Amino acid sequence: MPQGIDRDEVRRLLDEGAQLVEVLPANEYMEDHLPGAISLPLRRLESEAWDLLDPTRPVIVYCWDSA
Amino acid sequence: MSPRAAWRLESLGFTSVYDYVAGKLDWLAAGLPTRGSNADRPRAGDVARRDVPTCRLDDRLANVRDRVGAAGWNACVVVNDERVVLGLLRAAELRADPSLRIEEAMRPGPSTFRPFVSIDDMATFMTEHDLEASPVTTSDGRLVGVLRKEDAVKVAHERHEGGAQ
Repeated sequence: MPQGIDRDEVRRLLDEGAQLVEVLPANEYMEDHLPGAISLPLRRLESEAWDLLDPTRPVIVYCWDSA
Repeated sequence: MSPRAAWRLESLGFTSVYDYVAGKLDWLAAGLPTRGSNADRPRAGDVARRDVPTCRLDDRLANVRDRVGAAGWNACVVVNDERVVLGLLRAAELRADPSLRIEEAMRPGPSTFRPFVSIDDMATFMTEHDLEASPVTTSDGRLVGVLRKEDAVKVAHERHEGGAQ
C-alpha cells in the first residue's frame, strides 16, 4: 500500500536515494518541478515506468496536491 | 492524481512507493527552490523584505512604535514564538493609543500571500487593491517577510523594461 508522506519525509528519502516523479502533464513539469524530479505523466505510467524507474529504489510520486 | 499514480506503480510491481500528498503546491508554498521555466522569474518570496519588524501580542504599542520607527518602517507583523502571523500593524494602527497592548491595537488575520506567487501578479493585485504592504507566509502560516507594493511594482516594471516574458 503506498504510504503518504510529508515534505520532511520527501527530503529524507531523497537523501537516501529515492526517485522523485512528477505525474502532472509535461507542460506543467516544464514550468515548475521539484529539483531532481523526472516527468512521468499519469497517462504514460504504464508504458514508461519500467523504462524510466529503478524498481530497486523507493519511488516518490507527486502532483499539485492531494486532488 | 498522485494517489492513483502511486497505486498504479504498485500494481506494476514497484514495491516501495510513496505519495507526497501535499505535492508541488506545498513545496512552492514553503518557498523551496524549483526547476523549470518559471524558476528564474521573481516571486513574492524573492522580493519580500525579511527585515520587517515583528512584535508579540502582549507587547505595548508605545514600545513597538518606537522600535518600528527607528528601523525606518511604518508596519510591523505580529507573530507568536513559531513566527506564525497573528496580526498586522500598519501606519493607522501604529498611531493608536500607545498604552494599548498589541493584541488590542492590531489588525487581526491579515491577508497573506504565498512565496511562489509571481511578482507580476503581486504588483497587479496590490495596485488594484491599494495594498501598501502584505505579509508573505509559508503554507503553515510562518512569516517569510513583507512585500511592499513599491518593491513589487519596481521589480515587475524592471522585468518588462528588460524584455522579460
